[in-house]
Amino acid sequence: MMTGSHQTLIYWLILLLGVAGPLVFPDYTNQMAVLWLMVVFALTWDILGGQMGYNSLGNIFFFGAGMYVAAIVQIGLFYDVGMYTSAARTTHIAFSNAQYFTGFALGTIAAGLASAVLAIGVGLIVFGLRGPYFAIGTLGVAVAAAELTASWEWVGAASGISLPVFPGEPEAQKLFFYFLLFGLAFALMLFLRWLYSTNFGLAINAIRDDEEKAEAMGLHTRRYKRTAWVITAFFLGIAGAVFGNMTGFIEPRDIAFPTTTFNIFMVLMVLLGGKGTLWGPVVGAVIFHLIKELTWTYFLGWQFITLGLLIIIILVYFQQGIVGWFEEKYPAWSGLEVAAKEAPPAAHNVAPLPQAKAAE
Amino acid sequence: MSEPIIEIENVTKSFGGVQANRGITLTVPKGAITGLIGPNGSGKTTLFSSIVGYHPIDAGSIRFQGQEISKLNVQDIARLGLLRTFQTTRIYGKMNCTQNLLISISQRQAQFADMFARARAELVDRAEHLLAFVGLYDKRFLRAGSLSFGQQKLLEFAMALMNEPTVLLLDEPTAGINPTLINGLIDRLKRANMQFGITLFIIEHNMRAIMNMASKIYCLAHGELLAVGDPLTIQRDQRVIDAYLGAH
Repeated sequence: MMTGSHQTLIYWLILLLGVAGPLVFPDYTNQMAVLWLMVVFALTWDILGGQMGYNSLGNIFFFGAGMYVAAIVQIGLFYDVGMYTSAARTTHIAFSNAQYFTGFALGTIAAGLASAVLAIGVGLIVFGLRGPYFAIGTLGVAVAAAELTASWEWVGAASGISLPVFPGEPEAQKLFFYFLLFGLAFALMLFLRWLYSTNFGLAINAIRDDEEKAEAMGLHTRRYKRTAWVITAFFLGIAGAVFGNMTGFIEPRDIAFPTTTFNIFMVLMVLLGGKGTLWGPVVGAVIFHLIKELTWTYFLGWQFITLGLLIIIILVYFQQGIVGWFEEKYPAWSGLEVAAKEAPPAAHNVAPLPQAKAAE
Repeated sequence: MSEPIIEIENVTKSFGGVQANRGITLTVPKGAITGLIGPNGSGKTTLFSSIVGYHPIDAGSIRFQGQEISKLNVQDIARLGLLRTFQTTRIYGKMNCTQNLLISISQRQAQFADMFARARAELVDRAEHLLAFVGLYDKRFLRAGSLSFGQQKLLEFAMALMNEPTVLLLDEPTAGINPTLINGLIDRLKRANMQFGITLFIIEHNMRAIMNMASKIYCLAHGELLAVGDPLTIQRDQRVIDAYLGAH
């Protein structure tokens, strides 16, 4: 059986691997940074999709929104944003070290908060929908955001924004963003471990299993759903801010709101790893990222066909995912279904009941 | 009879052209076990759904502890302490039995911060005692969805008790339960009523069971209240017998 100390060991192991990774394989720092981004994607998608049973196809909205909010704050603190986006095409606008780091820090925090606030607004609309309608409704939000941003001149419209350049060596830049993304993913893992151990975890699982029953029991279902959505948005907003600065250039359709790539990857990684499980999203993200990097390297031109094949295989043959399959096969080891044969806590001593016998 | 806890006056509910409830007036006395019987399609479950706010009623009034509740929604009514169980059992299938109980605690006082509270030891203890009370202690770590239908019904009953309701509406508690377990269930329902002081309002088709439990029984037929009385009166009422045998 997987005990608490085993779990703690796994977190230490991940911390060790995360820190050692870029030092041992410096050539792959960027790929590993994206891997942690994928872990964040999978874990945040699983909050609603796996634990709460609401399959969202619009989570990428919060990623892109965070990216743009961070960019606007970073630039807006020191320049006029409209002027910057139109001038950036012809001239290089410099930021001092202090300007860069204050802007980046404030922008990232603002990104998380703004995405969380947006989640409350979007939640008012989309939580009226259930099942496939929720999926389509959220997808609509993401697609609309991409198109609206693409026609918004103030933020550079479809030609995007070049973000302030990192003031340092390329190697230092890589490590800086690697550790930010790793830190975010690791913090999210610890946060979710705590979150799922509270009433919150039980409540969103109850909503997944039978929302009407949860309502009939008086649970504040709307409050739980909205909070789950806000948590998702907060972490995605921060991820967007960091990733936008890591690439250095952002634009709406392929980087901020990529509805057909990152947005679908989120779902796929969770399905591959096992939705609604603590470790499924992490396992799924790692395996998916490996497959993706390998096909992008060795089967360039065929990568989307490989990806499509993977989607079909997972959906048809492997719906419970790797961790889900493992839990079915070895339930005891996963901490489920422990056959209890010890004596019950003396049911009849609960409260001595003379009249109970009278009923016989 | 003691003071009424639920007062229903002239409640009417139609679905399209079908009048499921027509001018129903009845009261559920506090602290007692009240039965609701009637042939299939006589509007019993519709009445339950109206009471707990599942759908708006067309006319009439429903009061719980003197408060008008016919305009409130399901969650608000549940938080007042008026709970129902379902005819087709509803439990949280992928969670284990203990978890099913832990999430069923009363939400009357729930604050925002309580969303992130952990289950306290005494709560786990109470959950395990209730599981023992319905005879599911051995299964407490099993997924609720893997239990048999009868066991799920017992689990749903335990979940309702965990919520500490003032009134519990039970929709056919003995349906689908192994006949040898029915006596045990009747015993537990009576104990829930006496020991925990929960007022019970029960829809039941098993005449022996309901006659054994209830002190007052209402009989519905074709959406209207047909008869009311103690078990003995109801059993001898010719209109009730006719309704069940199809004389209407």
